[in-house]
Amino acid sequence: MLTVLALIVAALAALAVPAVALRRAGLVHAATAVLCALGLLTALAGLIAGGDRVSLALPFGLPWTGMVLAVDPLSLWFLLIVFVSGTAASVYALDDPPAPERAGAILTPYPVFLAAMALTLLAGDGFTLLLGFELMSLASWALVLARPEDPESRRAGALYLGMAGLGGACLIPVFGLLAAPGVDLRFDAIRAAPPEGLAAMAVMALTVIGAGSKAGLAPLHVWLPLAHPAAPSHVSALMSAAMTKVALYVLIRILFDLAGPTAPIWWSAPLLVLGAASAVLGALRANLETDTKVVLACSTVENIGLIAVALGLALAFRATDQGPVAALALSAGLLHALNHGFIKTLLFLGAGAIQHGGGSRVLDRLGGLANRMPWTTAGVLIAAASAASLPPLNGFAGEWLLLQSVLAAPRVGLLAFQIAVALVAALLALAVALAAAAMVRLVGVALLGRPRTPRAAGAMEVSRPARLAMAGLAVGCVVAGLLPGPLLVLLEPATRMLVNGGIAANAGWLVIRPGIGQPGYAPLLMMALLLAVCVGIAWLLRRHAPAGVLRGPAWACGFIAPPPHLPFGDPASQYGAGSMAQPLRRMLAPAVAAREVVDMPRPGETRPARHVAIWSDPAWTYLFIPLMRLRDLGADRADILRGFTIRRTLALVFATLVLLLAIIALWEQR
Amino acid sequence: MRLFGAVVVQLLHVALMFAAAPLLIGLIRTAKARLLGRRGPPPWQPYRDLLRLFAKRPVIADSATPLFRAAPWVALAATAAAIALVPSFAGGMLFGRAADLLVIAGLLGLARVAQALAALDAGTAFGGLGASREMAFAAFAEPALLLSVLIFAMLVGTTNLDAIAAVFRDVPPGLRVSLGLVAIAVLAVAVAENARIPVDNPATHLELTMVHEAGLLEYSGPDLALWDFQAALKLLLWLSLIGALFVPFGMAPAGSTPLAWIGGLIAWAAKVGVLALGLAAFEVSIAKMRVFRVTEFLGAALLLALLAAVFLFVSTGLA
Repeated sequence: MLTVLALIVAALAALAVPAVALRRAGLVHAATAVLCALGLLTALAGLIAGGDRVSLALPFGLPWTGMVLAVDPLSLWFLLIVFVSGTAASVYALDDPPAPERAGAILTPYPVFLAAMALTLLAGDGFTLLLGFELMSLASWALVLARPEDPESRRAGALYLGMAGLGGACLIPVFGLLAAPGVDLRFDAIRAAPPEGLAAMAVMALTVIGAGSKAGLAPLHVWLPLAHPAAPSHVSALMSAAMTKVALYVLIRILFDLAGPTAPIWWSAPLLVLGAASAVLGALRANLETDTKVVLACSTVENIGLIAVALGLALAFRATDQGPVAALALSAGLLHALNHGFIKTLLFLGAGAIQHGGGSRVLDRLGGLANRMPWTTAGVLIAAASAASLPPLNGFAGEWLLLQSVLAAPRVGLLAFQIAVALVAALLALAVALAAAAMVRLVGVALLGRPRTPRAAGAMEVSRPARLAMAGLAVGCVVAGLLPGPLLVLLEPATRMLVNGGIAANAGWLVIRPGIGQPGYAPLLMMALLLAVCVGIAWLLRRHAPAGVLRGPAWACGFIAPPPHLPFGDPASQYGAGSMAQPLRRMLAPAVAAREVVDMPRPGETRPARHVAIWSDPAWTYLFIPLMRLRDLGADRADILRGFTIRRTLALVFATLVLLLAIIALWEQR
Repeated sequence: MRLFGAVVVQLLHVALMFAAAPLLIGLIRTAKARLLGRRGPPPWQPYRDLLRLFAKRPVIADSATPLFRAAPWVALAATAAAIALVPSFAGGMLFGRAADLLVIAGLLGLARVAQALAALDAGTAFGGLGASREMAFAAFAEPALLLSVLIFAMLVGTTNLDAIAAVFRDVPPGLRVSLGLVAIAVLAVAVAENARIPVDNPATHLELTMVHEAGLLEYSGPDLALWDFQAALKLLLWLSLIGALFVPFGMAPAGSTPLAWIGGLIAWAAKVGVLALGLAAFEVSIAKMRVFRVTEFLGAALLLALLAAVFLFVSTGLA
């Protein structure tokens, strides 16, 4: 199995070479789709077989240890996420070729990106993991820069490269600290000698920063709403649904596995705090942004926050020896990771379809697409309902487990931890409700209502492969929502390995339970109830049904009939992106420094009055802008060096040399 | 035999809920009219309204999509599924093991989202007002609700409504400060969720109250009847839920005889009746608040629930 997966990775990576020469988008995407589907089946088969850890040493790589590949249930689970997303994205792109002049810029890095994600998950030593991780960053950076002529794209690329650099700068020292004696980076060797004391603390902090920045944990999430939308839609889907999960995999691999089984309880604190902050901030921003793909990227930040909270709870439960509850929390996180993979891939592909069919990504230029794009609408509606965590879809199953593990958290017994968890619970509920509001806004403004532009009024449905990809993912959302039990059984080996507990005994085909013998959540029963009610009421009303319906202009307490030059009425006389956001923007104004400015013309001026709503992400205001100021200040100060005469420059070099020699001398003396 | 009893109780419960929901609305309207010195319509007026609406031919906006017709069905199905889980006169119903509080909240969320989307569907300003405010209020109601569930999960060890009601009925928890605070929080959430005064005014649908009714402005005929029926079911659900959580006394235990059901029925009717009269009295004695004051109203509920949680942590920590 590992050999098959390794071959798939190699084939994906090798595909980049003919992609340069061929420039045939259909062929490249068909090949990646087939390879990803094969990988998906292999990973699924591996999970069903429930095998142990298998590793494979390759004869190249680091000279003293070589390159080690390994799979275990955890990496298989994440491979499943990557390949589900990869298959759907590739199928979607089959009939959507990029412009010829950009073909190379997209087709070459695309298979490499997929291969790098899989390589990171298959890594059995620190070097391979870092190689895959950095290759993944680099390939996706190339895809973000697919439109270099666009200044927004360039800005996103620059910020993304900086954040990827930060991630690398944090993760490389992590493996330096983790390395077993003799600079042995193999995971088996690291597990045998886990870090202790200060080194363990540094590993934890650096991992949370390094992997967290890649996953989109606040406050290092600011690059995500810029970079993810800049790429082509199917790549955005991969970046949001799969790449963030690979970063979470690295986090789990290091914190739960490599750092040893004895993490203290306070290790959960950063994950809980940052996770809750990301969840609320991401969901709130998803309500304020005006671009469909940016809204989706912000929703990713929210979901990553939810998963991080689940991971933090699992760490806390493991530290207090509560295996079953730790397994509950970890299962919630892992299940939600898969579910979010389905949801976000579908939503991004839907956003791509909307951009393709409706001609824009901006919410206020869309509207009324539901009548002209029924397939896309159905897909986006299912994914949005799932992202709004509505039963019986898959988003609800994961969030139900997560909330159950939050509700079990007071059992830990520390008063400070209990109060913190109560606050986290309130924030999670806020985030979930905000996410529902964001999804209502996205669907309501983009797909429902009246068209806001002529282009939206003439929207067309997307091609057949794109529809197929969306339909497949929608089926996945529904099936994963109705049958969360079997999925929990599949991921049990992973939780057993990491927190020494599993919840397979509580996960049946019909019901999933938070604990043995407890009542639980029965998604199939809920679905049956919903259908039964509809059928029952329709049967009760069968005599009353009046003949047909009458169509007429909207009522709205006296809407005037549309004038001839505006066949759909004045598009501005309905709610748009800004007006839908207004209540939440005002109610939660302190969180995003929102204010409204009325700019009135003075008497005699002919310009119109303007009402402007301003808000800003606190991570920009309080972290990034001060940091950038500091950087500029440093650069200004360092500028003095350029004015130095040759004598002073030489003196500076000499002084530096003496200083370094002195340090080395002192170090040797110690 | 026990299973048969559970099936019968479940069926009777659903039939009772469907039959009683319009009466509840009628009773509250009559009580409010009497308190205001008017005679008001008879309590069974909502049945007449529903029948009249069901017989009419609906008029639908040109810009509406198929979702417009589907939404009331989804919302009604979700609300009815939720109410099938909330015990009324007897515990141990067929679906009792599935009556999870978070699932009930999720089903109500499904109904809310269906309504908000339907409101946006025709593309009118009123609908947008209603949808955006409804979703914004929910963002403040949900945290208070989840913290209340946290309290029950700590006290009973499960989030299953049937189990919570059974435990509290058999072993009354006594007067706990936490439960008192949670009761206030849940009442506030119920008022907001059902679009009652002071959050919203169910009697009008114009400028002053542009939340729930504003979203239904485009509906007519049978679709409107479905929405009205859904709103009635939702109110009954919340009153039954509050009864089952805080005063489960008198409810017939699982596997009891039909004679005990009658006792349970009387107790349930008394509980819902008192709550309905209380709601009517509360509504006539208070003015509707400004939209942006609702944040403070629900924020206070959230703080009370948080305070209740802290009290509970401290008291269990000391014990």
